[in-house]
Amino acid sequence: MHDFEYECPRTLADAVAILAKGDSRPLAGGTDLIDHMRTGRFRPALVVDVKKIPELGLLESNDKGLRIGAAVSCFRLQSSATVRDQYSAIADAVSIIGSVQVQSRASMGGNLCTSGPAADSAPALLALSAQCVIAGPKGNRTVPLEQFFTGPGKNVLQAGEILVEITCPAPAPKSGSNYRRFIPRNEMDIAVVGVGVSVTLDASGQTITAARIGLGAVGPTPILATEAAKKLIGKPATDENYKAAGEAARAQTSPIDDMRGTVEFRRHVTGVLVERSLREAVARARGESKYHSHVRIPCC
Amino acid sequence: MSRKRVVSCTINGSEQQFLCEPRQTLLSALRDTLDMTGTKEGCSNGNCGACTVVLDGRPVVSCLVLAVECDGSRVETIEGVAEPEKLAPVQNAFLENAALQCGICTPGFIMQTQALLKDNPNPTEEEIRFFLAGNLCRCTGYDKIVKAVQQTAETAGACKPGCCGGH
Ligand code: FES
Ligand code: FES
Repeated sequence: MHDFEYECPRTLADAVAILAKGDSRPLAGGTDLIDHMRTGRFRPALVVDVKKIPELGLLESNDKGLRIGAAVSCFRLQSSATVRDQYSAIADAVSIIGSVQVQSRASMGGNLCTSGPAADSAPALLALSAQCVIAGPKGNRTVPLEQFFTGPGKNVLQAGEILVEITCPAPAPKSGSNYRRFIPRNEMDIAVVGVGVSVTLDASGQTITAARIGLGAVGPTPILATEAAKKLIGKPATDENYKAAGEAARAQTSPIDDMRGTVEFRRHVTGVLVERSLREAVARARGESKYHSHVRIPCC
Repeated sequence: MSRKRVVSCTINGSEQQFLCEPRQTLLSALRDTLDMTGTKEGCSNGNCGACTVVLDGRPVVSCLVLAVECDGSRVETIEGVAEPEKLAPVQNAFLENAALQCGICTPGFIMQTQALLKDNPNPTEEEIRFFLAGNLCRCTGYDKIVKAVQQTAETAGACKPGCCGGH
Protein backbone atom coordinates (compact mmCIF):
# COMPACT_ATOMS: atom_id res chain seq x y z
CA MET A 1 0.00 0.00 0.00
CA HIS A 2 1.19 3.55 -0.66
CA ASP A 3 2.41 5.68 2.20
CA PHE A 4 -0.21 7.89 3.86
CA GLU A 5 -0.83 9.84 7.06
CA TYR A 6 -3.60 8.90 9.48
CA GLU A 7 -5.74 11.10 11.68
CA CYS A 8 -8.56 10.19 14.01
CA PRO A 9 -10.54 13.35 14.90
CA ARG A 10 -12.96 13.26 17.84
CA THR A 11 -15.30 15.99 16.65
CA LEU A 12 -17.19 16.64 13.43
CA ALA A 13 -15.76 20.17 13.23
CA ASP A 14 -12.21 18.79 13.40
CA ALA A 15 -13.01 16.19 10.74
CA VAL A 16 -14.42 18.80 8.36
CA ALA A 17 -11.39 21.04 8.92
CA ILE A 18 -8.98 18.18 8.26
CA LEU A 19 -10.86 16.91 5.19
CA ALA A 20 -11.01 20.44 3.77
CA LYS A 21 -7.23 20.41 3.42
CA GLY A 22 -7.70 18.05 0.48
CA ASP A 23 -6.13 14.85 -0.83
CA SER A 24 -7.77 12.84 1.93
CA ARG A 25 -10.38 10.11 2.30
CA PRO A 26 -12.65 9.38 5.23
CA LEU A 27 -12.26 5.88 6.69
CA ALA A 28 -15.24 4.21 8.35
CA GLY A 29 -15.32 0.41 8.13
CA GLY A 30 -12.49 0.42 5.60
CA THR A 31 -13.74 -2.63 3.74
CA ASP A 32 -13.86 -0.71 0.45
CA LEU A 33 -11.24 1.98 1.11
CA ILE A 34 -8.42 -0.26 2.31
CA ASP A 35 -8.88 -2.58 -0.65
CA HIS A 36 -8.95 0.35 -3.07
CA MET A 37 -5.75 1.72 -1.57
CA ARG A 38 -4.10 -1.68 -1.75
CA THR A 39 -4.85 -1.95 -5.47
CA GLY A 40 -3.74 1.66 -6.01
CA ARG A 41 -7.12 2.91 -7.22
CA PHE A 42 -7.16 5.50 -4.42
CA ARG A 43 -3.94 7.08 -3.19
CA PRO A 44 -4.94 9.73 -0.62
CA ALA A 45 -2.11 11.46 1.25
CA LEU A 46 -4.24 11.37 4.40
CA VAL A 47 -6.75 8.87 5.76
CA VAL A 48 -9.23 10.33 8.24
CA ASP A 49 -10.74 7.75 10.58
CA VAL A 50 -14.25 9.01 11.34
CA LYS A 51 -15.32 6.25 13.73
CA LYS A 52 -14.57 8.23 16.89
CA ILE A 53 -16.89 11.11 15.93
CA PRO A 54 -20.02 10.81 18.09
CA GLU A 55 -22.47 11.96 15.37
CA LEU A 56 -21.27 9.27 12.98
CA GLY A 57 -21.73 6.53 15.56
CA LEU A 58 -25.28 7.45 16.48
CA LEU A 59 -28.16 4.99 15.99
CA GLU A 60 -31.43 6.34 17.27
CA SER A 61 -35.14 6.08 16.60
CA ASN A 62 -38.23 7.86 17.82
CA ASP A 63 -41.74 8.48 16.51
CA LYS A 64 -40.34 10.78 13.81
CA GLY A 65 -38.04 8.20 12.36
CA LEU A 66 -34.64 6.58 12.31
CA ARG A 67 -31.23 8.24 12.43
CA ILE A 68 -28.22 6.19 11.38
CA GLY A 69 -24.74 7.61 11.88
CA ALA A 70 -22.74 7.18 8.70
CA ALA A 71 -20.10 5.00 10.41
CA VAL A 72 -22.53 2.62 12.17
CA SER A 73 -21.61 -0.94 11.21
CA CYS A 74 -23.89 -3.33 9.38
CA PHE A 75 -23.68 -5.57 12.44
CA ARG A 76 -25.02 -2.87 14.75
CA LEU A 77 -27.90 -2.22 12.37
CA GLN A 78 -28.81 -5.91 12.24
CA SER A 79 -28.71 -6.03 16.02
CA SER A 80 -31.34 -3.31 16.35
CA ALA A 81 -34.84 -4.67 16.92
CA THR A 82 -36.29 -1.38 15.61
CA VAL A 83 -34.40 -1.73 12.34
CA ARG A 84 -35.42 -5.37 11.98
CA ASP A 85 -39.10 -4.75 12.72
CA GLN A 86 -39.85 -1.31 11.32
CA TYR A 87 -37.19 -0.72 8.67
CA SER A 88 -36.73 -4.32 7.67
CA ALA A 89 -35.47 -3.60 4.15
CA ILE A 90 -32.37 -2.12 5.83
CA ALA A 91 -31.90 -5.28 7.91
CA ASP A 92 -32.32 -7.38 4.74
CA ALA A 93 -29.61 -5.38 2.98
CA VAL A 94 -27.00 -5.08 5.72
CA SER A 95 -27.16 -8.77 6.53
CA ILE A 96 -26.05 -9.72 3.00
CA ILE A 97 -23.35 -7.12 2.38
CA GLY A 98 -20.11 -9.14 2.19
CA SER A 99 -19.37 -11.73 4.85
CA VAL A 100 -20.15 -11.75 8.56
CA GLN A 101 -16.59 -10.46 9.07
CA VAL A 102 -17.16 -7.60 6.62
CA GLN A 103 -20.48 -6.75 8.29
CA SER A 104 -18.63 -6.31 11.61
CA ARG A 105 -16.82 -3.33 10.10
CA ALA A 106 -18.59 -2.08 6.97
CA SER A 107 -20.96 0.87 7.41
CA MET A 108 -24.02 1.81 5.42
CA GLY A 109 -22.65 5.33 5.08
CA GLY A 110 -19.54 3.88 3.45
CA ASN A 111 -21.66 1.71 1.20
CA LEU A 112 -23.48 4.84 -0.02
CA CYS A 113 -20.32 6.97 -0.35
CA THR A 114 -18.53 4.30 -2.41
CA SER A 115 -21.58 4.81 -4.67
CA GLY A 116 -21.36 1.55 -6.55
CA PRO A 117 -24.45 1.05 -8.72
CA ALA A 118 -24.92 -2.36 -7.03
CA ALA A 119 -24.62 -1.14 -3.41
CA ASP A 120 -27.10 -3.28 -1.47
CA SER A 121 -28.16 -0.60 0.97
CA ALA A 122 -29.13 1.92 -1.72
CA PRO A 123 -32.37 0.35 -3.07
CA ALA A 124 -33.53 -0.42 0.48
CA LEU A 125 -32.90 3.16 1.60
CA LEU A 126 -34.46 4.63 -1.55
CA ALA A 127 -37.59 2.64 -0.77
CA LEU A 128 -37.57 3.98 2.80
CA SER A 129 -37.31 7.64 1.66
CA ALA A 130 -33.84 8.13 3.13
CA GLN A 131 -32.19 11.53 3.38
CA CYS A 132 -28.46 12.16 3.60
CA VAL A 133 -27.25 14.71 6.14
CA ILE A 134 -23.97 16.16 4.93
CA ALA A 135 -21.54 18.42 6.81
CA GLY A 136 -18.95 20.57 5.11
CA PRO A 137 -16.91 23.75 5.31
CA LYS A 138 -20.01 25.80 4.32
CA GLY A 139 -22.32 24.14 6.87
CA ASN A 140 -24.83 21.31 6.80
CA ARG A 141 -27.16 20.30 4.00
CA THR A 142 -29.65 17.50 3.50
CA VAL A 143 -30.01 15.67 0.21
CA PRO A 144 -32.68 13.08 -0.59
CA LEU A 145 -30.92 9.82 -1.41
CA GLU A 146 -32.36 9.78 -4.95
CA GLN A 147 -30.32 12.94 -5.61
CA PHE A 148 -27.14 11.71 -3.89
CA PHE A 149 -25.68 9.50 -6.61
CA THR A 150 -24.36 11.10 -9.79
CA GLY A 151 -22.65 8.18 -11.57
CA PRO A 152 -20.77 4.95 -10.94
CA GLY A 153 -18.55 5.68 -7.92
CA LYS A 154 -19.71 9.31 -7.90
CA ASN A 155 -21.96 11.36 -5.64
CA VAL A 156 -22.79 14.94 -4.68
CA LEU A 157 -20.19 15.21 -1.90
CA GLN A 158 -17.91 18.18 -2.54
CA ALA A 159 -14.31 18.53 -1.37
CA GLY A 160 -14.25 18.68 2.41
CA GLU A 161 -17.80 17.38 2.79
CA ILE A 162 -18.66 14.31 4.82
CA LEU A 163 -21.80 12.20 5.11
CA VAL A 164 -22.84 12.47 8.76
CA GLU A 165 -26.05 10.51 9.00
CA ILE A 166 -28.85 8.90 7.07
CA THR A 167 -32.40 9.51 8.21
CA CYS A 168 -35.62 7.67 7.36
CA PRO A 169 -39.09 8.91 8.29
CA ALA A 170 -41.07 6.62 10.58
CA PRO A 171 -43.21 4.25 8.53
CA ALA A 172 -46.98 4.79 8.73
CA PRO A 173 -49.04 2.03 10.40
CA LYS A 174 -49.49 -1.05 8.17
CA SER A 175 -46.24 -0.50 6.32
CA GLY A 176 -43.73 -3.11 5.27
CA SER A 177 -40.49 -3.17 3.32
CA ASN A 178 -38.11 -5.66 1.78
CA TYR A 179 -34.78 -5.78 -0.05
CA ARG A 180 -33.70 -8.72 -2.16
CA ARG A 181 -31.15 -9.30 -4.86
CA PHE A 182 -30.21 -11.84 -7.46
CA ILE A 183 -26.72 -13.34 -7.24
CA PRO A 184 -25.51 -16.56 -8.86
CA ARG A 185 -24.05 -17.80 -5.56
CA ASN A 186 -25.79 -18.21 -2.22
CA GLU A 187 -23.71 -15.68 -0.30
CA MET A 188 -20.79 -13.30 -0.66
CA ASP A 189 -21.51 -11.80 -4.03
CA ILE A 190 -22.36 -8.53 -5.74
CA ALA A 191 -25.96 -7.94 -6.81
CA VAL A 192 -26.69 -8.63 -10.47
CA VAL A 193 -29.99 -6.90 -9.72
CA GLY A 194 -31.12 -5.54 -6.33
CA VAL A 195 -34.64 -4.36 -5.47
CA GLY A 196 -35.92 -2.55 -2.40
CA VAL A 197 -39.60 -1.79 -1.91
CA SER A 198 -41.77 -0.28 0.78
CA VAL A 199 -45.56 -0.24 0.88
CA THR A 200 -48.26 1.15 3.12
CA LEU A 201 -51.70 -0.46 3.18
CA ASP A 202 -55.09 0.97 4.15
CA ALA A 203 -56.79 -0.08 7.38
CA SER A 204 -58.30 -3.15 5.71
CA GLY A 205 -54.83 -4.30 4.61
CA GLN A 206 -56.08 -4.77 1.05
CA THR A 207 -55.29 -1.53 -0.77
CA ILE A 208 -51.88 0.03 -1.27
CA THR A 209 -51.89 3.69 -0.26
CA ALA A 210 -48.18 4.43 -0.67
CA ALA A 211 -45.28 2.65 -2.35
CA ARG A 212 -41.65 3.27 -3.25
CA ILE A 213 -39.33 1.09 -5.29
CA GLY A 214 -35.52 1.33 -5.45
CA LEU A 215 -33.47 -0.53 -8.04
CA GLY A 216 -29.77 -1.42 -7.93
CA ALA A 217 -27.23 -2.65 -10.50
CA VAL A 218 -29.48 -1.83 -13.45
CA GLY A 219 -28.17 1.64 -14.30
CA PRO A 220 -25.18 3.91 -13.69
CA THR A 221 -26.63 4.80 -10.28
CA PRO A 222 -29.25 3.23 -8.01
CA ILE A 223 -32.68 4.24 -9.34
CA LEU A 224 -35.87 5.39 -7.65
CA ALA A 225 -38.53 3.77 -9.85
CA THR A 226 -41.28 6.36 -9.49
CA GLU A 227 -43.32 5.23 -12.50
CA ALA A 228 -43.34 1.65 -11.22
CA ALA A 229 -44.54 2.76 -7.79
CA LYS A 230 -47.38 4.75 -9.40
CA LYS A 231 -48.82 1.50 -10.73
CA LEU A 232 -49.51 0.46 -7.14
CA ILE A 233 -50.84 3.53 -5.36
CA GLY A 234 -54.57 3.32 -4.75
CA LYS A 235 -54.66 -0.23 -6.14
CA PRO A 236 -55.46 -3.52 -4.46
CA ALA A 237 -52.45 -5.53 -3.29
CA THR A 238 -52.73 -8.26 -5.92
CA ASP A 239 -50.29 -10.30 -7.98
CA GLU A 240 -51.64 -8.63 -11.10
CA ASN A 241 -50.71 -5.18 -9.82
CA TYR A 242 -47.28 -6.36 -8.63
CA LYS A 243 -46.73 -7.62 -12.15
CA ALA A 244 -47.68 -4.27 -13.64
CA ALA A 245 -45.25 -2.56 -11.27
CA GLY A 246 -42.53 -5.04 -12.23
CA GLU A 247 -43.14 -4.36 -15.90
CA ALA A 248 -42.98 -0.58 -15.33
CA ALA A 249 -39.77 -1.02 -13.31
CA ARG A 250 -38.15 -2.84 -16.24
CA ALA A 251 -38.83 0.20 -18.42
CA GLN A 252 -36.98 2.44 -15.93
CA THR A 253 -33.73 0.45 -16.07
CA SER A 254 -30.71 1.05 -18.29
CA PRO A 255 -28.49 -1.91 -17.44
CA ILE A 256 -25.18 -2.91 -18.99
CA ASP A 257 -23.99 -6.25 -20.33
CA ASP A 258 -21.16 -7.66 -18.28
CA MET A 259 -19.86 -10.98 -17.05
CA ARG A 260 -22.46 -11.05 -14.30
CA GLY A 261 -25.50 -10.57 -16.51
CA THR A 262 -26.79 -9.37 -19.87
CA VAL A 263 -29.05 -6.39 -20.40
CA GLU A 264 -31.96 -8.66 -21.23
CA PHE A 265 -31.43 -10.86 -18.19
CA ARG A 266 -31.09 -7.90 -15.82
CA ARG A 267 -34.28 -6.32 -17.18
CA HIS A 268 -36.17 -9.55 -16.79
CA VAL A 269 -34.90 -10.19 -13.26
CA THR A 270 -35.78 -6.62 -12.22
CA GLY A 271 -39.46 -7.31 -12.84
CA VAL A 272 -39.34 -10.68 -11.11
CA LEU A 273 -37.68 -9.26 -8.00
CA VAL A 274 -40.07 -6.30 -7.86
CA GLU A 275 -42.99 -8.74 -7.79
CA ARG A 276 -41.40 -10.92 -5.12
CA SER A 277 -40.34 -7.98 -2.97
CA LEU A 278 -43.81 -6.48 -3.13
CA ARG A 279 -45.35 -9.77 -2.04
CA GLU A 280 -42.99 -9.92 0.93
CA ALA A 281 -43.38 -6.24 1.88
CA VAL A 282 -47.17 -6.57 1.80
CA ALA A 283 -46.98 -9.70 3.97
CA ARG A 284 -44.79 -7.78 6.42
CA ALA A 285 -47.20 -4.81 6.38
CA ARG A 286 -49.99 -7.21 7.31
CA GLY A 287 -47.92 -8.76 10.07
CA GLU A 288 -47.85 -12.13 8.28
CA SER A 289 -44.10 -12.16 7.75
CA LYS A 290 -41.00 -10.48 9.09
CA TYR A 291 -37.28 -10.10 8.55
CA HIS A 292 -35.51 -13.43 8.84
CA SER A 293 -31.91 -13.54 9.96
CA HIS A 294 -29.46 -16.32 9.20
CA VAL A 295 -27.34 -15.18 12.09
CA ARG A 296 -28.66 -15.30 15.60
CA ILE A 297 -28.51 -12.11 17.49
CA PRO A 298 -26.45 -12.45 20.68
CA CYS A 299 -28.70 -13.66 23.47
CA CYS A 300 -26.90 -15.52 26.20
CA MET B 1 7.63 8.50 4.85
CA SER B 2 4.85 9.16 7.35
CA ARG B 3 5.89 8.76 10.96
CA LYS B 4 5.31 5.51 12.77
CA ARG B 5 2.57 5.31 15.35
CA VAL B 6 2.47 3.63 18.72
CA VAL B 7 -0.46 1.26 19.06
CA SER B 8 -1.46 -0.04 22.49
CA CYS B 9 -3.89 -2.91 22.55
CA THR B 10 -4.67 -6.16 24.30
CA ILE B 11 -3.74 -9.20 22.26
CA ASN B 12 -4.96 -12.54 23.57
CA GLY B 13 -5.35 -11.04 27.02
CA SER B 14 -1.92 -9.45 27.31
CA GLU B 15 -1.19 -5.77 26.90
CA GLN B 16 1.00 -4.99 23.92
CA GLN B 17 2.56 -1.91 22.46
CA PHE B 18 4.03 -1.80 19.02
CA LEU B 19 5.11 0.65 16.34
CA CYS B 20 3.51 0.58 12.93
CA GLU B 21 3.17 2.65 9.81
CA PRO B 22 -0.34 4.02 9.14
CA ARG B 23 -0.48 1.96 5.96
CA GLN B 24 0.12 -1.33 7.77
CA THR B 25 -2.89 -3.58 8.10
CA LEU B 26 -3.61 -5.40 11.34
CA LEU B 27 -2.67 -8.58 9.47
CA SER B 28 0.74 -7.16 8.58
CA ALA B 29 1.32 -5.87 12.12
CA LEU B 30 0.50 -9.28 13.57
CA ARG B 31 2.65 -11.23 11.15
CA ASP B 32 5.52 -8.90 10.30
CA THR B 33 5.86 -6.72 13.39
CA LEU B 34 4.74 -9.03 16.20
CA ASP B 35 5.86 -12.31 14.62
CA MET B 36 2.44 -13.83 15.24
CA THR B 37 2.27 -15.81 12.02
CA GLY B 38 -0.66 -18.02 13.04
CA THR B 39 -3.01 -15.59 11.30
CA LYS B 40 -2.76 -16.34 7.58
CA GLU B 41 -2.83 -14.18 4.49
CA GLY B 42 -4.82 -15.56 1.59
CA CYS B 43 -6.30 -12.93 -0.70
CA SER B 44 -5.51 -9.73 1.26
CA ASN B 45 -8.72 -8.20 -0.07
CA GLY B 46 -11.37 -9.44 2.35
CA ASN B 47 -12.68 -12.35 0.35
CA CYS B 48 -11.13 -15.48 1.85
CA GLY B 49 -11.34 -15.13 5.64
CA ALA B 50 -7.90 -16.72 6.23
CA CYS B 51 -6.87 -13.63 8.21
CA THR B 52 -9.93 -13.63 10.50
CA VAL B 53 -9.30 -12.41 14.05
CA VAL B 54 -11.72 -11.23 16.72
CA LEU B 55 -11.55 -7.48 17.29
CA ASP B 56 -13.46 -6.07 20.26
CA GLY B 57 -15.64 -9.16 20.30
CA ARG B 58 -16.46 -9.26 16.59
CA PRO B 59 -14.86 -11.38 13.88
CA VAL B 60 -13.12 -9.23 11.27
CA VAL B 61 -10.81 -9.80 8.33
CA SER B 62 -7.52 -8.34 9.58
CA CYS B 63 -6.37 -7.51 6.03
CA LEU B 64 -9.11 -4.84 5.89
CA VAL B 65 -8.29 -3.22 9.22
CA LEU B 66 -5.44 -0.77 9.71
CA ALA B 67 -3.25 -1.55 12.70
CA VAL B 68 -3.53 2.09 13.84
CA GLU B 69 -7.30 1.66 14.12
CA CYS B 70 -6.73 -0.93 16.85
CA ASP B 71 -5.30 1.46 19.43
CA GLY B 72 -7.18 0.72 22.66
CA SER B 73 -8.79 -2.44 21.27
CA ARG B 74 -8.92 -6.10 22.25
CA VAL B 75 -7.61 -8.48 19.62
CA GLU B 76 -7.93 -12.26 19.76
CA THR B 77 -5.96 -14.43 17.38
CA ILE B 78 -5.45 -18.13 16.76
CA GLU B 79 -2.43 -18.04 19.10
CA GLY B 80 -4.81 -17.47 22.00
CA VAL B 81 -7.14 -20.38 21.30
CA ALA B 82 -5.28 -23.40 22.72
CA GLU B 83 -4.70 -23.80 26.42
CA PRO B 84 -1.03 -24.08 27.45
CA GLU B 85 -0.91 -27.88 27.44
CA LYS B 86 -3.84 -28.88 25.29
CA LEU B 87 -5.84 -27.92 22.26
CA ALA B 88 -9.21 -26.20 22.57
CA PRO B 89 -12.30 -28.33 21.80
CA VAL B 90 -12.75 -26.59 18.45
CA GLN B 91 -9.18 -27.49 17.43
CA ASN B 92 -9.67 -31.13 18.45
CA ALA B 93 -12.91 -31.27 16.51
CA PHE B 94 -11.13 -29.99 13.37
CA LEU B 95 -8.43 -32.64 13.80
CA GLU B 96 -10.84 -35.49 14.52
CA ASN B 97 -13.04 -34.64 11.55
CA ALA B 98 -10.12 -34.13 9.14
CA ALA B 99 -11.49 -30.63 8.58
CA LEU B 100 -8.16 -29.43 7.24
CA GLN B 101 -5.65 -30.47 4.63
CA CYS B 102 -3.11 -27.77 3.74
CA GLY B 103 -4.27 -25.76 6.76
CA ILE B 104 -3.94 -22.24 5.39
CA CYS B 105 -7.64 -21.53 5.92
CA THR B 106 -7.83 -23.22 9.32
CA PRO B 107 -6.89 -20.40 11.73
CA GLY B 108 -9.54 -18.25 10.08
CA PHE B 109 -12.16 -20.98 10.30
CA ILE B 110 -11.32 -21.62 13.95
CA MET B 111 -11.65 -17.93 14.86
CA GLN B 112 -14.89 -17.62 12.91
CA THR B 113 -16.26 -20.78 14.56
CA GLN B 114 -15.45 -19.42 18.01
CA ALA B 115 -17.26 -16.19 17.12
CA LEU B 116 -20.28 -18.17 15.89
CA LEU B 117 -20.57 -20.43 18.93
CA LYS B 118 -20.15 -17.58 21.39
CA ASP B 119 -23.45 -16.03 20.27
CA ASN B 120 -25.16 -19.14 18.97
CA PRO B 121 -24.14 -22.28 20.88
CA ASN B 122 -26.50 -24.57 18.92
CA PRO B 123 -26.37 -23.44 15.31
CA THR B 124 -28.29 -25.21 12.57
CA GLU B 125 -26.34 -26.41 9.56
CA GLU B 126 -27.72 -23.49 7.56
CA GLU B 127 -26.58 -21.02 10.23
CA ILE B 128 -23.10 -22.58 10.27
CA ARG B 129 -22.77 -22.39 6.49
CA PHE B 130 -24.04 -18.81 6.42
CA PHE B 131 -21.72 -17.65 9.20
CA LEU B 132 -18.70 -19.33 7.60
CA ALA B 133 -19.52 -18.15 4.06
CA GLY B 134 -16.70 -15.60 4.24
CA ASN B 135 -14.11 -18.31 4.87
CA LEU B 136 -12.88 -20.11 1.79
CA CYS B 137 -11.18 -23.50 1.68
CA ARG B 138 -9.66 -24.95 -1.48
CA CYS B 139 -9.01 -28.39 0.00
CA THR B 140 -11.74 -29.87 2.15
CA GLY B 141 -14.99 -29.26 0.32
CA TYR B 142 -16.47 -27.74 3.53
CA ASP B 143 -18.58 -30.71 4.71
CA LYS B 144 -15.90 -31.83 7.14
CA ILE B 145 -15.55 -28.29 8.44
CA VAL B 146 -19.29 -28.08 9.05
CA LYS B 147 -19.14 -31.45 10.88
CA ALA B 148 -16.27 -30.20 13.03
CA VAL B 149 -18.27 -27.13 13.99
CA GLN B 150 -21.30 -29.28 14.81
CA GLN B 151 -19.15 -31.56 16.96
CA THR B 152 -17.67 -28.57 18.80
CA ALA B 153 -21.17 -27.34 19.56
CA GLU B 154 -22.29 -30.78 20.73
CA THR B 155 -19.32 -31.30 23.03
CA ALA B 156 -19.82 -27.87 24.53
CA GLY B 157 -23.38 -28.89 25.41
CA ALA B 158 -26.67 -27.19 24.79
CA CYS B 159 -27.46 -23.64 25.83
CA LYS B 160 -28.85 -23.19 29.27
CA PRO B 161 -32.65 -23.56 29.35
CA GLY B 162 -34.45 -20.38 28.46
CA CYS B 163 -31.33 -18.46 27.51
CA CYS B 164 -32.21 -18.09 23.85
CA GLY B 165 -35.80 -16.98 24.25
CA GLY B 166 -37.00 -20.08 22.42
CA HIS B 167 -34.83 -19.94 19.30
S1 FES C 1 -6.41 -12.48 3.57
FE1 FES C 1 -7.90 -11.31 4.56
S2 FES C 1 -9.72 -12.08 3.74
FE2 FES C 1 -8.23 -13.10 2.58
S1 FES D 1 -7.34 -26.89 4.16
FE1 FES D 1 -6.37 -26.06 2.43
S2 FES D 1 -7.52 -24.28 2.05
FE2 FES D 1 -8.61 -25.21 3.60
